[in-house]
Amino acid sequence: MATIHVDGKQYEVDGADNLLQACLSLGLDVPYFCWHPALGSVGACRQCAVKQYSDENDTRGRLVMSCMTPATDNSWISIDDEEAKAFRASVIEWLMINHPHDCPVCEEGGHCHLQDMTVMTGHNQRRYRFSKRTHVNQELGPFIAHEMNRCIACYRCVRYYKDYAGGTDLGVFGANDQVYFGRVEDGTLESEFSGNLTEVCPTGVFTDKTHSERYNRKWDMQFAPSICHGCASGCNTSPGERYGEIRRIENRFNGSVNHYFLCDRGRFGYGYVNREDRPRQPIVQRSKLTMGIDAALDQAAGLLNRRRIIGIGSPRASLESNFALRELVGAEDFFSGIAREELDNIQLVRQILQDGPLPVASIRDMEAHDAVFVLGEDLTQTAARIALALRQAARGKATELAKAAGIQDWHQAAVQNIAQGAQNPVFIASLDSTRLDDIAAESVHAAPDDLARLGCAVAHAIDPSAPAVAGLESEAAELAERIAQALLAAKRPLLVSGASLGSRAIIEAAANIAQALKNRQKNASISLVVPEANSMGMAMLLAGESADKSVEAALAALSAGQYDALVVLENDLYRRADKASVDAALAAVGVIIAADHQQTPTTDRAHLLLPASSFAEGDGTLVSQEGRAQRFFQVFDPSYYKPEVLIREGWRWMHALRSTLLGQPVDWTTLDQVTAACAQVHPRLAPITEAAPDAGFRIRGLKLARSPHRYSGRTAMRANLSVHEPRQPQDPDSAFAFSMEGYAGSREQRQQVPFAWSPGWNSPQAWNKFQDEVGGHLRSGDPGVRLFDGARMDLHWTAPPAAFAPAQGTWQVVALHHLFGSEENSSRAAPIQERMPQPYIALAEAEAARLGVNEGALLGFTLGTEVLQLPLRISADLPLGVAGLPAGLPSIPPLTSNAVVTELREAAQ
Amino acid sequence: MIKSIIHVVHGTYTQLRSLVMIFGHAFRKRDTLQYPEEPVYLPPRYRGRIVLTRDPDGEERCVACNLCAAACPVGCISLQKAETEDGRWYPEFFRINFSRCIFCGLCEEACPTTAIQLTPDFELAEYKRQDLVFEKEDLMIAGTGKNPDYNFYRVSGLSIAGKPKGAAQNEAEPVNIKGLLP
Repeated sequence: MATIHVDGKQYEVDGADNLLQACLSLGLDVPYFCWHPALGSVGACRQCAVKQYSDENDTRGRLVMSCMTPATDNSWISIDDEEAKAFRASVIEWLMINHPHDCPVCEEGGHCHLQDMTVMTGHNQRRYRFSKRTHVNQELGPFIAHEMNRCIACYRCVRYYKDYAGGTDLGVFGANDQVYFGRVEDGTLESEFSGNLTEVCPTGVFTDKTHSERYNRKWDMQFAPSICHGCASGCNTSPGERYGEIRRIENRFNGSVNHYFLCDRGRFGYGYVNREDRPRQPIVQRSKLTMGIDAALDQAAGLLNRRRIIGIGSPRASLESNFALRELVGAEDFFSGIAREELDNIQLVRQILQDGPLPVASIRDMEAHDAVFVLGEDLTQTAARIALALRQAARGKATELAKAAGIQDWHQAAVQNIAQGAQNPVFIASLDSTRLDDIAAESVHAAPDDLARLGCAVAHAIDPSAPAVAGLESEAAELAERIAQALLAAKRPLLVSGASLGSRAIIEAAANIAQALKNRQKNASISLVVPEANSMGMAMLLAGESADKSVEAALAALSAGQYDALVVLENDLYRRADKASVDAALAAVGVIIAADHQQTPTTDRAHLLLPASSFAEGDGTLVSQEGRAQRFFQVFDPSYYKPEVLIREGWRWMHALRSTLLGQPVDWTTLDQVTAACAQVHPRLAPITEAAPDAGFRIRGLKLARSPHRYSGRTAMRANLSVHEPRQPQDPDSAFAFSMEGYAGSREQRQQVPFAWSPGWNSPQAWNKFQDEVGGHLRSGDPGVRLFDGARMDLHWTAPPAAFAPAQGTWQVVALHHLFGSEENSSRAAPIQERMPQPYIALAEAEAARLGVNEGALLGFTLGTEVLQLPLRISADLPLGVAGLPAGLPSIPPLTSNAVVTELREAAQ
Repeated sequence: MIKSIIHVVHGTYTQLRSLVMIFGHAFRKRDTLQYPEEPVYLPPRYRGRIVLTRDPDGEERCVACNLCAAACPVGCISLQKAETEDGRWYPEFFRINFSRCIFCGLCEEACPTTAIQLTPDFELAEYKRQDLVFEKEDLMIAGTGKNPDYNFYRVSGLSIAGKPKGAAQNEAEPVNIKGLLP
């Protein structure tokens, strides 16, 4: 700690910070541009000047850049000094010299850091009368719009894109007054994290192109604290709504998970919420007859009455919805809706994380590890935010070296200089080359079984009591030894693996490594990635069950005629099991009732389709891969603009159906009731009620506002329907109000923040005001509750599998994941579809040469019972004997790890 | 006695004077305006019915920046941004609920393109309140209104078809970033 004196007042601050961080952490406003909590200081913009005095008797002082000056003990500074104020006003006047006359037609306006800082500094009149420098813009793909004239040359974009996110295709060109931030030529930004540029850039150079077409100002949107449904990482988001459409996803700061950054799937994959073809009223599929809620419930109850009902839940639905379905059909007849192999793997992952030997790393915590082993997971495509965290783990070496040389971690240029590219060791063992290989000390590509063997060999090398791998080639054994040495040499090694390849052996190998690290008393952590947003929640809901709850078991029971009615919740069975068995099962059952927020092949087969809510119209709880239960809240009420819309949360439908069927009154009228009931299922789920404040939470008697107080058009936005304004929708489920009425500031303690705003701070930089110290954690604790922090137990060793040896003329099918396309919901969003690859079959170079086919050649093959034709993609790094198929893309059947491709040959054109 | 006589005389005088004054008005010029037969004079800056104007080239001036809506103290303006093929921003819909409008003129003050203007017209009475909801077609006029010469896109740095980067007022030619000169 250090004592600093600011304008005559004495404060206690962290002496390791710089003055800017210290002042912002104290809540004092110092304008700044180039500094960013996650990017450190470079002192480029000169905006944060303050006056520093040598001691209390010094009256002259000197101007210093607060971001480049350490907050040493007994510092005397002044922010309000006249000379410092005049200097800052001049700096912003210079920065604004070439800034275009653009704010009315700029997508940044209203949440612009440059606007905020200009107002804060007091510059309000342009004196410069001469011509302005201009630049030509670039086309940067479907996500990001580029308007280079607005640039103030703070260098944040390249520091983020190149240094932080490891991108290679955005740079700075030109010199002096003419610097240009862009690509060498027009083209889509390659990084999977390019969307963060829109928040990192303090001006409107990089803006959200998916929002631009239906743009509106930040102050005009309704937000809610939400959780990304794109993968299992559990990133916190702030979706914004206007006129009944989701318009934009912004990052929501959670100091333990995603802090300032999201991936592009999470940020730009929201379009499925706004699709025209969504079911919005209960509909009888055969006659296309829509009906009201009561009629639908009566109809459904009539269909279900006296029938043996089976319920199939979903890993993309909330815990509450799945639980309500389980209540409707009974625990015995409730099935997970996950394929057997995947469900078994998720349950294994749950056991390892819940009771296994190593603590589970949160995504933020991963950045603090100094050696990483990634086993069998293509993280950039399956859990992208984790990949970004691992980049920071690798960069941690630079901070460590700088610390040894007495340089503070925020001194970014110096830190980078001293590191000279040195990185913490990251080892990647994956199927194919990954987009993270560039930070890998070593990367190796092999078939799933061979990856598991490598993992077991690493475990054996760490702790000789782990089972040895028989017949391992010497190259792999040496690599295993090097990985083991690196992990043992590290202070905090991290192990990352997961279920995306569908290989149980890989997860077991990861468990072996975890146990070995534990046996060697390492302060290690583990992270295992599961496939979908609530895969882990589903696993916990089924934790006590011994029966087979897979989708295969459900389909077999249906085909065998054990049930007469099926209720399927937010799940497309055709993505879970092969078409023939789903068709057979659905044909065998008399009544199908589906609840979903999208039209899927499964809902097309339903007799009655109930419109369920997506993340935007409903509340619920998800459990992330880290075992963090987090609540997402309803963003808007769609029936406010379209009274005919009858979308309800899945749990509301399921519970209302149960009540109608039993002739009982509806017991659960609010979210808190269903969450509390769900928490009773399993002792491990008990803390989920603590994941967020309940609906009774108030600040000074106020609900929390979903909209900024400047929200406009309240008396006109709905006037085309009726000039008589209805009452604002009421929200019984949460502490948030559907309007700007309520508490919206940063001073009071609150964990759930729908949008970042504080007086004078309209941009995402307003998160400063909610944090315990800038860039740290939220003052009232990071949202969510961790479920896996209980007692740790030792695991049994698992023997390694046999080496991979495909039979002659067969290729093992392996799933290749794509950030854009493999996830069901986001792949319905138009901007994501522009980035989706075409379906393909990937083969190793040598295999293609042996078959005598070139890149793009159309190959015919048999997969199980299906005959497919797909163009060839040749991969330099794919191992021999496997055929890669892009998981989840259209025309690709559900993939299992034991599937094989046969009769592979060039198709006749 | 004298006092009461004076009171009576004075009272009679004032009564008569009032009578003369009142009947005298019959011969004066009338103050009452025979509205609606006679039009009302309104000063040019009178704040009445709101219009959306066009720029000197006849294009819509409104760029859908939302500032008028934000400034509106009763929240009676709502609009949605859209973009034309040539890159101009325009409101897809622009709605003013005149049953809520208080004619304060803050929207006009906030407008950076002088698109929204208040006019000297107050004749807005309707039998149905719903008819006081004006859409863009009801608000758009053919001319420029006040500020006849102002065209936002000639000043703005945003490029639109026919006005590339560097062609706005006080703008230099775009930088050649691949040039070698400093």
